[in-house]
Amino acid sequence: MAGLRVWLMDPNPTSRRQARLGQFWLGWLRLRRNPLAVSGLVIVGLLLVVAAFAPVIAPHDPLAQDLSRRLLPPGTPGNLLGTDDFGRDILSRIITGSRITLYIVGLVAVTAPFLGLLIGTVSGYFGGWTDAVLMRITDIFLAFPRLILALALVAVLGPGIENAVLAIALTAWPPYARVARAETLTVRNSDYIAAVRLQGAGVPRIILGHVVPTCLPSVIIRVTLDMAGVILIAAGLGFLGLGVQPPLPEWGLMISSGRKYLFEQWWVSTMPGLAIFIVSLGFNLLGDGLRDVLDPKSAPK
Amino acid sequence: MLDAPAHPGRTRTDTARPLVQVRDLKMYFPIYSGVLRRRSGDVKAVDGVSFDILSGETLGLVGESGCGKSTVGRALLRLYDPTAGSVTIDGEDIATLSPGALRRKRPTMQMVFQDPQASLNPRMPLSDLIGEPLIEHTDWNAERRLARIYELMDAVGLNRRFANRFPYEFSGGQRQRIGIARALALNPKFIVCDEPIAALDVSIQAQVVNLLEDLQDRFGLTYLFISHDLSMVRHIADRVAVMYLGRIAELSPRDALYSRPLHPYAEALLSAVPEPDPNVAATRTRIILKGDVPSPANPPKGCNFNTRCPRAFDRCRVEKPDLVEVEPGRLVACHLYSPDTRHAGSTGSPEAAIQARPEHFQQGAPK
Repeated sequence: MAGLRVWLMDPNPTSRRQARLGQFWLGWLRLRRNPLAVSGLVIVGLLLVVAAFAPVIAPHDPLAQDLSRRLLPPGTPGNLLGTDDFGRDILSRIITGSRITLYIVGLVAVTAPFLGLLIGTVSGYFGGWTDAVLMRITDIFLAFPRLILALALVAVLGPGIENAVLAIALTAWPPYARVARAETLTVRNSDYIAAVRLQGAGVPRIILGHVVPTCLPSVIIRVTLDMAGVILIAAGLGFLGLGVQPPLPEWGLMISSGRKYLFEQWWVSTMPGLAIFIVSLGFNLLGDGLRDVLDPKSAPK
Repeated sequence: MLDAPAHPGRTRTDTARPLVQVRDLKMYFPIYSGVLRRRSGDVKAVDGVSFDILSGETLGLVGESGCGKSTVGRALLRLYDPTAGSVTIDGEDIATLSPGALRRKRPTMQMVFQDPQASLNPRMPLSDLIGEPLIEHTDWNAERRLARIYELMDAVGLNRRFANRFPYEFSGGQRQRIGIARALALNPKFIVCDEPIAALDVSIQAQVVNLLEDLQDRFGLTYLFISHDLSMVRHIADRVAVMYLGRIAELSPRDALYSRPLHPYAEALLSAVPEPDPNVAATRTRIILKGDVPSPANPPKGCNFNTRCPRAFDRCRVEKPDLVEVEPGRLVACHLYSPDTRHAGSTGSPEAAIQARPEHFQQGAPK
């Protein structure tokens, strides 16, 4: 362990990989100093673990109904967080639902920033007409409230988990395009881009090799901060019946199904709501911490 | 070409063939104004500059901030597309080359930037920074590239163990060495040094300048050395061009210029160089120019310098002087030195000279 640390902190790395890993190590050391970021990381880590081992951890089958045990309050032996209106164990459903949440968040986190980065960097690098056209398209997408746009898209495509992901991704990219464009504008005329142009590099190499890596940290931070919003929109779509379909244990859907019992059997809606709250908080805290680590303006001195 | 070793035994002046020929280079930046963003004028950053740089020599380019020195350097390498004029480097006109041909031409000409912090991608380790041009222009494998990277690091005096460090882990002088190594990677013939020492500590400046001189001798490089540090230019340059407001005022061999500047602006500029000997300094007269530099968007009629020139006369306010050879090897753009003015000066009115030689009206003539 100590040897590994020395290897990572080596001021004269012998290979490129060692140099990059050393950078990650320094980033981790900075992240570790921020207790809030670490708690965010712990929450996200827990989500990953729970999702990975959901069938093992869940005490009951999330789909098994038992009408004799319906609407039991939290703390009931055997049903730690109570049961819902079909007698299904809420804890098991939340645990299994973490997989669906993670699936949606993961897919959106891969597709939307990719699209946003591409549009933003191209727009910022070329400027002129390209910029004007691409940015007006971005404006159109930004002008609609996200949930409304996602609703419209799902209504066209039909309800379902893939379509929900697609709809969320299509509404999530404009902020990333804006961030990437702003960042591109600041580096476009920098000397190091001039140096790369002097080497004879083509536009694809400049954008992919130099502009995108520069924009990436801001976009990654933005993505982690947006994750909470994505979870909420996915839950909202589920709540409205346009996302994941019953009986799958999606958190938004679970809140929606508890609506009828909100006053007498509050736990049916509250427990999945708490899960959404905790996971959103985790992503937000992590995003805040990452901003301190990845922000090039606070680069290590 | 890339495998070619240094050009041994080549000295600075053994070839007198111009490597770089610049003819009437103009670089205008448009100004857009109003609601419709109509083009309402131009900033004439470079307005008709011509000079040659001989193979193996160092041409110093000096002038105050904003006079267009750096723009000349960048337009020369076509980081900007020049508005007009031609730049011939090693037989090819850079200003009109197609993108493909320009790409193939890139290895011949490189640049060392002013701010080594800004000219190195902060996210790349040194070996990637220096090795990138090699990826771009050769099909070498990683091993061969690394050998070349080490060779370059040795050439600029960087420890090989630093190969995988990131730019922030280096001092300013070391970063500038990285920038120089990157410029050298493809064995260029011509390097534009755009104020390479301006951002460095004084103690480091001399090191970097000596390194540049060393490399010039070893690799037979030709430099355009842009700077506002007149004493450093005196040290490194063979000939010096003095720029004022987008035009060259005087282009002379170094010693001649520093001992007896001809153009009034060059005279004023050089009188500002600090003199180390207090006795000499006490007897020296400093020429202090009055007023400000006119805007390059709206340069004055006639000679660009006429608004501040202590020796301006009527002709200077109507006619732009051409850069002409007034003494062997010395080119000056000033009416004081044109033969007909000297003539006319003896008979009285300089205006008579203009009327006598109407063909001398050129670009700056009244419209």
